[in-house]
Amino acid sequence: MKELIIISGKGGTGKTSLLAAFASLAKGMVLCDADVDAADLHLIMDPRIVERHDFESGHTAVINPDPCTQCGLCRELCKWNAISEAFIVDPIACEGCGVCYYFCPEKAIAFPQDTCGEWFLSDTRFGPMAHARLGIAEENSGKLVSLVRQQGKLLAGKKNLDLLLTDGPPGIGCPVIASLGGATAALIVTEPTVSGRHDMERVAELAAFFRVPAMVCVNKYDLNPEMGQAIEAYAKEKNMTVMGRIPFDPVFTKAMVQGKTIIEYDPHSEGAAAVKKSWEDLARHLGL
Amino acid sequence: MMIISIASGKGGTGKTTIATNLAVSLGGDVQLLDCDVEEPNAYLFIRPEIHETKTINTSVPEVDMKKCTLCGKCRDICQFKAIVIMGKTVLPFPELCHSCGGCMRVCPEKAITETGREIGVVERGSRNGLEFVHGKLRVGEAMSPPLIRKVREYARPGALTLIDAPPGTSCPVITAMKGADFVLLVTEPTPFGLHDLKLAVGAVKILDIPCGLVINRSDMGDNRVREYAKGQGMPILMEIPFDRKIAEAYSRGEMLVEGMPEWKEKFLNLYHRIAEIISQTPRPE
Repeated sequence: MKELIIISGKGGTGKTSLLAAFASLAKGMVLCDADVDAADLHLIMDPRIVERHDFESGHTAVINPDPCTQCGLCRELCKWNAISEAFIVDPIACEGCGVCYYFCPEKAIAFPQDTCGEWFLSDTRFGPMAHARLGIAEENSGKLVSLVRQQGKLLAGKKNLDLLLTDGPPGIGCPVIASLGGATAALIVTEPTVSGRHDMERVAELAAFFRVPAMVCVNKYDLNPEMGQAIEAYAKEKNMTVMGRIPFDPVFTKAMVQGKTIIEYDPHSEGAAAVKKSWEDLARHLGL
Repeated sequence: MMIISIASGKGGTGKTTIATNLAVSLGGDVQLLDCDVEEPNAYLFIRPEIHETKTINTSVPEVDMKKCTLCGKCRDICQFKAIVIMGKTVLPFPELCHSCGGCMRVCPEKAITETGREIGVVERGSRNGLEFVHGKLRVGEAMSPPLIRKVREYARPGALTLIDAPPGTSCPVITAMKGADFVLLVTEPTPFGLHDLKLAVGAVKILDIPCGLVINRSDMGDNRVREYAKGQGMPILMEIPFDRKIAEAYSRGEMLVEGMPEWKEKFLNLYHRIAEIISQTPRPE
């Protein structure tokens, strides 16, 4: 089984739109939405949820005012200033380290586990899908990303499918790190802008650090072909295969508004043609 | 002190474009803090002269095995699996450590001391009187909030502080929005934009901060974002229609208000509308 993770560095380069289009073209795959913080793939995939589970991870301290003598040790120890002068823990500031809970002389602090999101196994018109929703303002996104990918792999094994297509998050932090580890290959979708290039270089460095072979695809290419070429030259220098150039095509947005992939919405559009070519190159490269 | 955080939910909606052009359009004592430490882009447009670079470390444990009795209390207290016992040795995993200090405090033999792990750098500079600060997370570092907090320490009383926040709605964004006087949410009028905007509004409500909306590429998509904003009573403070010329200038790293000076007035108006909302919002002391 092979896993292709789609990342970008910069947000808004078109990861989810492209992955949805690939889903239209690929045969025999499982989809995974690992952008748990702001998951959008389901808006196109229209999943029918088969299984729903709570995501329990981390803890938050709660001070019980009765046994509390307001000795102040918890406030002294808390590295996040999460405990107010009135000895109330701010759940947003609380890091869940447990130090106050461990050292409270009156055992006045409870440390319940948090339910910080949920994950789903679903069916879509293109195949099975593993996805999740992290609660607003929650932490532990890396853990939920790892869980969703693991569930995607299990689904692929169960249904005898060879390909896991994973929508990754933007940035280079813990959710991206959690989405890279063990992936067969990463496709970095970028845009021909100074920001796109800058961010692509950082996430490419991250992929190299985790020894995940990376490929680069420049989306909205015609906005700045010179920059597009500079990005492709950089990719080649770093031994990253260039996987196609997608033109800026308003059809991508129109398709999204209709809840369709670009291939479904307008298979004869410039954008669709470019995506098909990219997918053919990708599939060949991955040996699918 | 007035702090305005520019956030979004969805990536690529135009936070940095709004934050940088707003900063450059305003006169007076203005600071721009780029808190998207994973992928800081504001400096590409502001091109500040950097005066100060600081390496930021976070504390992680170091174990003196000569004192250690393998009692396991450090492993038991750690919530992050960042210190484990392997055979006859204690192994810290600095990358997983949240620097809570628990293991150091709990060790009965005082065998655990503090060493550092680099999380990134903070750079401070200026351009034409605008103070600029950003953080750059070390590639491979998982957690951005500690570095975001360091960048936010540069907020000065008496200044107008603009914060360019990261995309998303989880802990890095909360760290960039917490304590702000206003959150300016930037969106695009598409299903992805709307979905993530709702999450961002949820985050802003948890923090109890007034907010307003900028709709970017406002003529590409549909009307659901506007309907949602209306339903929420959230003011739409600015709309930027899609303009290929703007996109191309952006791709070259050009500031909108420099290429198209008529936009400076619009950004000034945006600021005045925000200031008005802040002045009308009762704030707890």
